[in-house]
Amino acid sequence: MSSVAENVMRFFRGSSDQAAVPAVPQKRMRRSSGMGEISRLLNSEEALYVLDLGSTSANNINFLTAKGHKNYSEDLLRASLDPDLRVKDETGKLIVDSKKFLDENLTYQNGLFDIVLVWNLPDYMEENLVKPMIDRLWSVMKPGGLLLAFFHTRDAGPDSPCYRFHITGTDMLEMQEVRLPEKGTPRLQRVFNNRHIENLFRDFASIKFFLARDAIREVLLVR
Amino acid sequence: MDTPKTGEYAHIGKSVVIKGELSGSEDLYVDGQVDGSIELRNNSLIVGPNGIVKANVSAKGVTVQGKLDGKINASDRVEFRKSAVVSGDVVAQRIAIEDGAYFQGKVDIQKEPGKAVAS
Repeated sequence: MSSVAENVMRFFRGSSDQAAVPAVPQKRMRRSSGMGEISRLLNSEEALYVLDLGSTSANNINFLTAKGHKNYSEDLLRASLDPDLRVKDETGKLIVDSKKFLDENLTYQNGLFDIVLVWNLPDYMEENLVKPMIDRLWSVMKPGGLLLAFFHTRDAGPDSPCYRFHITGTDMLEMQEVRLPEKGTPRLQRVFNNRHIENLFRDFASIKFFLARDAIREVLLVR
Repeated sequence: MDTPKTGEYAHIGKSVVIKGELSGSEDLYVDGQVDGSIELRNNSLIVGPNGIVKANVSAKGVTVQGKLDGKINASDRVEFRKSAVVSGDVVAQRIAIEDGAYFQGKVDIQKEPGKAVAS
């Protein structure tokens, strides 16, 4: 009887505990084939120029600079949410001014970068920014440079968490939920299919897809 | 991070606005606004949580809790606390970035040259 009472109490205690929201963003690990390919280049060459477009990551900065590479960080998703970039289109809808966005971001000399880590940015950026951003990245990359991007393979719903990626090993990434100050969790904007992705990167020399079990399609491109 | 004791650091309070070149041979804590350049060479700079610095900085160590827009050249260590918002290139021997800090720019780690090996 006491064990039944204990189970009942545990049930009610468990319910109230489950109502509590975790105070810190959740983390999990994933193995990345695309990152494995990038790491091969990082380990075989010296003083590469690497552009990381995810949220500021001490892990990534330390990982890359410890290998002797030059690391550039730019949190493009957060930059794209700047209210000063908002303008009205012809229908009166508020959109991001892509010209102003590129005047203020990704302002590098042409042909600078050996590696660009785009992560899951295209899935979360506003529609009218994605293609201009990819075109700009093509310009600032060296011929033969590598670009890594992640895409959802199915709609995970508008409330699905947005992750940033910390490099923890040759092909291991730690995924940490992104919560932006005053803006909360970024929303998944769209799901690209293979044809869309090929069109997006049509100026690149080659494209390689890696499918993973966690409904993420990794794409590795050669400039 | 506690505000450093007045005796340890020269202190620029949060209501103070300075435009121009700041240089010195003691540690500096900036919780106000500085627009220009900061040259401390063998000493440290702390940008407090209310600090807004738009300047190129040259110092031994740099710790940022507020906002810094400019190049950082540190002969030792650079540290961005979780409330830091930093835009500019960094050259340092070491860098530490707390979760939550925002950084946009290049990081160039330059280790101190090793000592010569005795023959």
